[in-house]
Amino acid sequence: MIKRLGKRFVAPLDPVMMAGLGLLVATSLVVLYSASDGNLAMVGKQFANMLVALVAMWLIANMPLHYLLRSAVPIYVLGMVLLLLVAKWGDVSHGARRWLNLGVATIQPSELMKIAVPLMMAWYFEKHEAALTLRNYFVATLLLAAPIALIARQPDLGTAILIAASGFYVLFLAGLSWRVMLATLIAGLAAAKPLWSMLHDYQRHRILMLFDPAQDALGKGYHTIQGMIAVGSGGLLGKGYMNGSQTHLDFLPERTTDFIFAVFSEEFGFIGAFVLLGLYLIVIARGFVITAEASTYFTRLLAGSLTLTFFTYAFVNMGMVTGILPVVGVPLPLISYGGTSMLTLALGFGMLMSIHTHKQLVKT
Amino acid sequence: MKRQTELRNHQREIHLFRLRLLLSLGFVLLLMVILLGRLFYLQVVRQNYFHTMAENNRIALVPIAPNRGQILDRNGVVLARNYSGYTLEIDPNKVVGLEATINELAKLVTITAKDRRIFKKLLAESHNYTTLPIRSRLNDDEAARFAAQQYRFPGVEIKARLFREYPFRETASHLIGYIGRINEQDMQDLEAQDLDTNYRGSDYIGKGGIEQSYEKELHGTTGFEQVEVDAGGRGVRTLSRTSPVSGNNLILTLDAKLQEIAEQAFGKYRGALVALDPNNGEVLAFVSKPGYDPNLFIDGIDTETWDELSNSPDVPLNNRILRGQYPAGSTIKPFMALAGLHFGTRTAEQTIRDPGYYMLAGSSHRYRDWKSGGHGTVNMFKAIAESCDTYFYGLATEMGIDKMHSFLSGFGFGGKSGIDLEGETPGLLPSEEWKQTRYHQKWFAGDTVSAGIGQGYVLVTPMQLAYAASILANDGVGYRPHLLRQLQASGKPAEPVPSVPPAFDLHLDPEDVAFVKGAMVAVTKPGGTAAWAGAGAPYAIAGKTGTAQVIAIKQNEKYVESQVDERNRDHAWFIAFAPAEKPRIALAVLVENGGHGGVTAAPIARKVFDYYLLSKVPQPLQVQAEKKEAEDD
Repeated sequence: MIKRLGKRFVAPLDPVMMAGLGLLVATSLVVLYSASDGNLAMVGKQFANMLVALVAMWLIANMPLHYLLRSAVPIYVLGMVLLLLVAKWGDVSHGARRWLNLGVATIQPSELMKIAVPLMMAWYFEKHEAALTLRNYFVATLLLAAPIALIARQPDLGTAILIAASGFYVLFLAGLSWRVMLATLIAGLAAAKPLWSMLHDYQRHRILMLFDPAQDALGKGYHTIQGMIAVGSGGLLGKGYMNGSQTHLDFLPERTTDFIFAVFSEEFGFIGAFVLLGLYLIVIARGFVITAEASTYFTRLLAGSLTLTFFTYAFVNMGMVTGILPVVGVPLPLISYGGTSMLTLALGFGMLMSIHTHKQLVKT
Repeated sequence: MKRQTELRNHQREIHLFRLRLLLSLGFVLLLMVILLGRLFYLQVVRQNYFHTMAENNRIALVPIAPNRGQILDRNGVVLARNYSGYTLEIDPNKVVGLEATINELAKLVTITAKDRRIFKKLLAESHNYTTLPIRSRLNDDEAARFAAQQYRFPGVEIKARLFREYPFRETASHLIGYIGRINEQDMQDLEAQDLDTNYRGSDYIGKGGIEQSYEKELHGTTGFEQVEVDAGGRGVRTLSRTSPVSGNNLILTLDAKLQEIAEQAFGKYRGALVALDPNNGEVLAFVSKPGYDPNLFIDGIDTETWDELSNSPDVPLNNRILRGQYPAGSTIKPFMALAGLHFGTRTAEQTIRDPGYYMLAGSSHRYRDWKSGGHGTVNMFKAIAESCDTYFYGLATEMGIDKMHSFLSGFGFGGKSGIDLEGETPGLLPSEEWKQTRYHQKWFAGDTVSAGIGQGYVLVTPMQLAYAASILANDGVGYRPHLLRQLQASGKPAEPVPSVPPAFDLHLDPEDVAFVKGAMVAVTKPGGTAAWAGAGAPYAIAGKTGTAQVIAIKQNEKYVESQVDERNRDHAWFIAFAPAEKPRIALAVLVENGGHGGVTAAPIARKVFDYYLLSKVPQPLQVQAEKKEAEDD
């Protein structure tokens, strides 16, 4: 009885993916302990975040797929409403209007959109699966562009780019023709010049700064430079756990959040980073398998987009820390400290697991 | 049919999707490889580089400035010392609103307008500063008051530091010199000498006198501490430490008491005095009046005080001993007499008739003797004792300028004495060749006539005359004048006084020397030009007075001291050594606008001799010294 209950409890949780995720979050706790200079309270809080995320994931994983399908539109609409509210009444912090104070809690609606956008777009394509025309792709693009515009205005360039990526993955997997992609690219490049000339000097300056951190060696450039020093000085084997000088002498900024990969690489070296990439690859590969095996158009698009987006998060963060991408505030998925991002990711993995569990049940 | 199409569509769709998915996987793997490549590049290929960067981040090399050596006189009296105290320092890079911050600080500690002026000047001049002092020598109360409020003043801090102090203030100021903050030029000089690393912790460098010329001895070796620092630059722990080595103490040849007596003896007069030990070249007294307070220069002098000092007609900053070039006047006569004997131009007994002037053959120009009507029949002895100009006009003319040049060069005329201070000027001992090179002019017979009594082109510094007197006192054996007697490494006993070898021997005929010395003794005896100064001395003084003209007197005019503006009056010279038979001290005294050497300069020399040879302290000074002691209690 207990065994059966246990089985019932565990059944929807995909074992391979759970192994990958488990190892990643365990790594998170270990690295966080070092990055926070042995702050057990912080590690405990992160652990609590993980438990909350686990519960959420389990709930979603148990949800039948048609719930997911049906929830797409309401979630998207809710997200858009919240984004509009933020734009009007949001709290400003660090020069950006991203948070909405609900009295009991402060939420960041853009986080919700990370899930809502692929969900909505997958739903839309599912609805028009039978006869997809260029017009459908155009409408889907509009569904994507609306939240991105609002988020980019906050401004939260990092989130906007990641949501754009997740939407693009849906479009790509839904078979957007190469010709259209190429034409859009060319049109975009052609529009870049007049758009550029329309920008204010300070806006241009900020964009240029993204691509040349040395220009701003004391601001964001300082982050990149110190991150690269931390990573590079880690060497092949790393400086040893709790021994990173860049980390423990305060040279590394944002080391529990956006730059936690630098902490990890400094202390565990190239070998450690290699293993960490391997862990990510396990999760991503499993995501690909689930996507390939998914039974409906909706689930395929959704699973594919979620998997690729997860990879994108990891890649953008690591690319930023190692200095091959500009500094945009993106946390390292499952490793960086923070409950919201953990929860959003858990929802995504919950959906993936649900897609996997219920693939037989909704076979058409 | 429709169903089939749908099915085919469906299959095509799956096919397309799988293809796209595969492409995505390829994209993922490609980016992963790029990321791994980047990590490999950073962590393996360039690990050394980033390791160094991380170590540079982590480890700061903090220089520890050495303590500067002290300067002592020959008896251990401290002339320059260090004491610890607090300064209030501002880092202009970290302070927002410098003026407002200083105003706020002024509510806690006294900050005078002068402090502000000095700070402004430092700000403008300083090189690569981190912090600059706004106030030095804070008392304990002020330090405590600021410490309590320090949180309000980011970028302002109290530093415990060693201060340089010159307790004798104006006394021997030109000799001791001073230290000042290292400026751009100093930094360049240090870099050129490859010494800049040793000055990384130092703010000060010697800028004059002994402080400058023995900078290398005094400064010491900078120590270093390897400190692990965090991103805020705060030291976390010390990794290693190399202690600094304090600079050496300098024990000078100077006798501080003698120096004080000599300076007092000048009274209100300006001038210079150098006293040497003829037996080894040790400088016993080194007076350039007026002096200045070297303490003013340490933390940068404010513009007003500087202007006052540098624009003063008394030129207190000028080191008259080394840089003041004056006509030698009659002080040259003993050397001229010796040259005459040496070259056989004249014998000691040979006499001339002095009508009160000298005329060159075939010229009607009269070279006047200082004594109108003349000295009558004059031999060499009388010529020295009474300082007969006519005798030496003739002697010089008969000898010729080039012989004169070669002989007097031996006594250091026209050249640097080689004393261990910077900025010495060589004076001028003319020759035919010199005039040709300098003025492209022929040497005239008249030039020789003036040169014979130390006028015309002849210029000497007080240093040179004292040196010449010491060589004569020591029978032609010269010792290089020097100020450093012994070195003393910190915490160790002083090195033994090295025995100084003579620099040269002129190999003079002892009879000639004895004769000239005898005539010089007569100068200080009744009938001589300095008889008054020599009166009652229990030891014999060999001396020679001199007068250096400041303005030229026209052919038919007469110089009347009372009718000449004070600053245009003649400078008074006196050179002397004593005891005459076995000299222990030789000196040159210059009293600017002092008139006749026998009246103003010689009495100063007498006071110096009395103290040095008899330990006799002149009355007024003794009173003052007692008063000072009473105040100190």
